[in-house]
Amino acid sequence: MSTNQEEGFPERFLGKKYPETMEDLPIAAIVPWPGSTLDVTTHAWRTFRPVINQDKCVRCRLCWIYCPDGAILEVDEEYTTSTGKKYKVSFKVDYDHCKGCGICANECPVKAIEMVPEMK
Amino acid sequence: MALTKPIKSLWEIPREERFVGGHAACQGCGAALVLRHLTKVVGKDAIIVNATGCMEVISTLFPRTAWRNPWLHLAFENAGAAASGVEAALKALQRKGVLDKNRYIKVVAIAGDGGTFDIGLQSLSGMLERGHDVMYVVYDNEAYMNTGIQRSGATPYGAWTTTTPVGKKFRGEWRPKKDIVGIAYAHRIPYIATANPAYPIDMINKFVKAYNTRGPSLVHVLTPCTPGWRIPESKTIEVAKLAVQTGMWVLLEIENGKPKVTVKVRKRKPVREYLKMQGRFRHLTEEDIKKIQEMVDKYVEEINRWVGEEAIGPVEE
Amino acid sequence: MAVVKEKPREEQLPTRRRKIAATGSDAAAYAVRDADVDVVAVYPITPQAPIAENIAQMIADGELDAELIHVESEHSAMSAAVAAAATGARSFTATSSQGLELMHEILYIASGLRQPVVMALATRALSAPINIWNDYADAMAMRDTSWIMIFSENVQEVYDNLVQAFRIAEHPDVLLPVVVTLDGYILSHTTEALEPLDREEVLSFAPKRPRGYRPVLDPDHPVTIGVLGAPNWYQEVKVQQALAMRESRRVIEETGKEFGKRYGREYGFIEPYYMDDAEVAIVTLGATSSLVKAAVNRLREQGVKAGMVKIRVFRPFPAEELAKVLENVNALGVLDRAVSFGGALEGPLAMEVLSTLAVRGITKPFISFIHGLGGRDIFVKDVVEMYQKLLEAAKSGKSVTRTLFYGVRSRRGHII
Repeated sequence: MSTNQEEGFPERFLGKKYPETMEDLPIAAIVPWPGSTLDVTTHAWRTFRPVINQDKCVRCRLCWIYCPDGAILEVDEEYTTSTGKKYKVSFKVDYDHCKGCGICANECPVKAIEMVPEMK
Repeated sequence: MALTKPIKSLWEIPREERFVGGHAACQGCGAALVLRHLTKVVGKDAIIVNATGCMEVISTLFPRTAWRNPWLHLAFENAGAAASGVEAALKALQRKGVLDKNRYIKVVAIAGDGGTFDIGLQSLSGMLERGHDVMYVVYDNEAYMNTGIQRSGATPYGAWTTTTPVGKKFRGEWRPKKDIVGIAYAHRIPYIATANPAYPIDMINKFVKAYNTRGPSLVHVLTPCTPGWRIPESKTIEVAKLAVQTGMWVLLEIENGKPKVTVKVRKRKPVREYLKMQGRFRHLTEEDIKKIQEMVDKYVEEINRWVGEEAIGPVEE
Repeated sequence: MAVVKEKPREEQLPTRRRKIAATGSDAAAYAVRDADVDVVAVYPITPQAPIAENIAQMIADGELDAELIHVESEHSAMSAAVAAAATGARSFTATSSQGLELMHEILYIASGLRQPVVMALATRALSAPINIWNDYADAMAMRDTSWIMIFSENVQEVYDNLVQAFRIAEHPDVLLPVVVTLDGYILSHTTEALEPLDREEVLSFAPKRPRGYRPVLDPDHPVTIGVLGAPNWYQEVKVQQALAMRESRRVIEETGKEFGKRYGREYGFIEPYYMDDAEVAIVTLGATSSLVKAAVNRLREQGVKAGMVKIRVFRPFPAEELAKVLENVNALGVLDRAVSFGGALEGPLAMEVLSTLAVRGITKPFISFIHGLGGRDIFVKDVVEMYQKLLEAAKSGKSVTRTLFYGVRSRRGHII
């Protein structure tokens, strides 16, 4: 779709990412910042936080699959368990975007995720 | 890159997120989860048209957006018409040489049950009947959840909602759920499916088939709503799975008019297990539950007859 | 070889054109064809239907390369037209009356999302009772929707206004939808002489801009269109839109002048008729202007200094222009063909004209007239009578404080 896009949008249609006044607004509040809700943290929504036991985790990917907030991160990080099992990926919690729903812990087939109270 | 081939393993689901976190969906939202996977399937070259509803509201509070795709929202009842407009524009601009003819851009419409079964039905019918190349995904949380759990045409028999309350005279919804798949089927469109996020491979493969369809397709996805169904936030997948295991929700696919059950259930669980998990059904008496069991038995019988095999088995306690 | 000296272009252009017989509906369809519209989404309604039929025939004959969406309602027509514009296509629709009312929700969304949709409105009365004939109730009902509104007086203007509409709507300083009216039946179904332009001329006058000149749905530059605007920003978005409507005045003016320079027919916001020395004047809209002009001609023959002002651009309202031209009259009337039920005055145009003058400290004996609802014929003698009322008002220096309905079949007389 690059046809005719060479000119780009006029600057004034785009606005500023964090507008302060009307003059900074993109036209019709059209948002040209894809994926920008990542700037929002939802950690305050939690009363419990999921904690993944890397040793128990069997890397089935289900927690990553079932997270409505994309808050389970799949990272290319090697891990060797205490019993000597080697994994190429690890699952980590993105605590900025986790809302603490607990689906991951509920669905984990080996109970490797524990929901820990945020405040004692 | 769109996922154009069916997957066999969960590991084939692309890692890249196109519907990102930080959105304002409730904890444990089934619909937000479905959108994550839908956008992974359709990839970058897809234009999303979203009806007004939960998913529109939670993802686009100015000045931010959870979407990495071009995305358009006009109103509640017109996702079908708006998607038709986008598709027609792409066609015209490609034919006239403004856009690259060889680059396939998919148009994906997303609407809730209210925006599809009720207020948007006419617009959807027009889109299906005219044969637009649009993939329409309806996320069905079985009530108007965005406005506070009011009854829709998709609300199942017996369910409490704020407009089908439980009182002395009436006890929840007293009419059965509208058959949206039957309505789509009557339009003779090339691809129709039902899906469920607790069966991710099945769901993703249905998105893939809808993506690969040239012409209108409809995927009807059950999306548990934790506040609306009155279930704990962590039980979204568990309850969705029970919907299939009890035969309340049959995973179907109708390809060029040929129906098929994609996830067979040899032994059904009693509907009680599904109903008892949810606060919206807590008022049901044993008699009510028996009636719902009979309704499901009849539905399963119809499905089995339709697909020509015993795809869904009998109830075993 | 003899060298033939060419005439200067300006002189040559208006004379070499062919004239054809065309209805207003034909003219609208020709404009759509000549502007090389990409997407047309229409639903049939009387008296707009011939526009849709003509466009369908042009597409069938290969004269226009556009996608025609046979939508199942006007609500979907407007939705599809807005969505097509958001995808970067030049998009058009047409409707009337009840159809416009069904579109209403999306009219605001078209302008709120700043999508340059162009629409032809064959004006028609609103139900109930159901009525398929002309008045301006439908047009007046969209006056707050942030659409630029241009009224046409004759078939030629339907064509010229639509050609200008594409240029105005798509101008980066404007980006607002534009509606061009044609009086139902009076223009939509009446044949007049029309001088269409060549397609090349139209496309040079209202050129298609590169697709990326404004944010559109594009996978390479993904944007989110149609966000949730909370109280912290909603007001600023609306003010931005109001400023764009103000800014559009300059573009509309330039466009009308440039059109005149190129094709010999210049357009302004208003068209004054015998206003230089007018003592009494009537302000009106659309094809009704021709009728008022006829009344002015008759009165002028009798030595009465009558004048008329036709409002061509109703939104943005030409307040400055109007105030200037009405400054020296002794009494002033407005002829509306729509009712604002229960209003301070019941003529919607009357209210606009009055506030235009009042805010500038201009006070004139004033009468608000309503006639011609639902296709009721207005006769020249009726308008002459209105002027006579104005002459009385000029003499007494007094306004009539309520709206006068004319031509009513009542035992209390024909003025209520």
